[in-house]
Amino acid sequence: MLTVDLIVDIITIVFLAGGAFFMITGAVGLVKFPDFYTRLHATGKCDTLGQILIIVGCMFFEGFNFITVKLFFVVAFYLFAGPAATHAIMKAAYFTGLKPWKKGDPRM
Amino acid sequence: MRKGEKAFSMILTFCVAFIFWLLLSAWNKYLLGHYDLFRLARGIIVALIVTVTAHELLVPGRGEQVLLKIQRWLLYILWELYQIVLAAIDVASRVFGLRPVDPRIIEFETTLRSDLALTTFADSITLTPGTITIDIEPERGKYTVHAIDKGPADALTVDQTMQKKVGHIFMEEG
Repeated sequence: MLTVDLIVDIITIVFLAGGAFFMITGAVGLVKFPDFYTRLHATGKCDTLGQILIIVGCMFFEGFNFITVKLFFVVAFYLFAGPAATHAIMKAAYFTGLKPWKKGDPRM
Repeated sequence: MRKGEKAFSMILTFCVAFIFWLLLSAWNKYLLGHYDLFRLARGIIVALIVTVTAHELLVPGRGEQVLLKIQRWLLYILWELYQIVLAAIDVASRVFGLRPVDPRIIEFETTLRSDLALTTFADSITLTPGTITIDIEPERGKYTVHAIDKGPADALTVDQTMQKKVGHIFMEEG
């Protein structure tokens, strides 16, 4: 029988599973991609969506109260901090002279 | 800063700081019944200190058509969330070998000049599919971008959808 609790649980599980899938994909990409810059693509983008999905799943699980509001602040902060951190790492690598990988080169 | 603008800025900063304090310091699950006057007074004092010291940082003058810009910016964030989902799916398909990996570094100039517009666009580039910002030259609005494939690179240099959107928000279409 479908109750409200069950529906909330199902929504939570869907969000958490999606988040876990993208986090694992990011980790696989970190190992599989050929050089530093492309690896940052994998972690930077997959982790952003993965974290957001996991936190939104927690928001559904918690129901509507002040913990939800705090989790929402975490999501908002992550949306600003994630790209800034990725950009900072990539800029540091670029200006210390790390050569980007081109198609056809051997893996680094 | 004119007199009316200073009052506007201080009142707005106080409201934002106090509401933020209320939301963060709700130590129990539910707000009502757990706030007495002493606790609220502490929050008001802290918000006042923040207002006096930092109101010029949060609201530096009223500017032109702020409400319209905020409205457009909120709509843009919705579009940006959709782009984040697309970006993660795009990278995931490249991880599993469904699409090619052919990285390149591109440079292009935009019409954006103000700090807020440049930062918004740089963050957007990093969040949308297949591109990460490396460097910005603010005087010419020039971006250096690392793209993972030809398609995402062309989306920035040829289509220029996102430049137009950000320029439309901050009214810097040039």
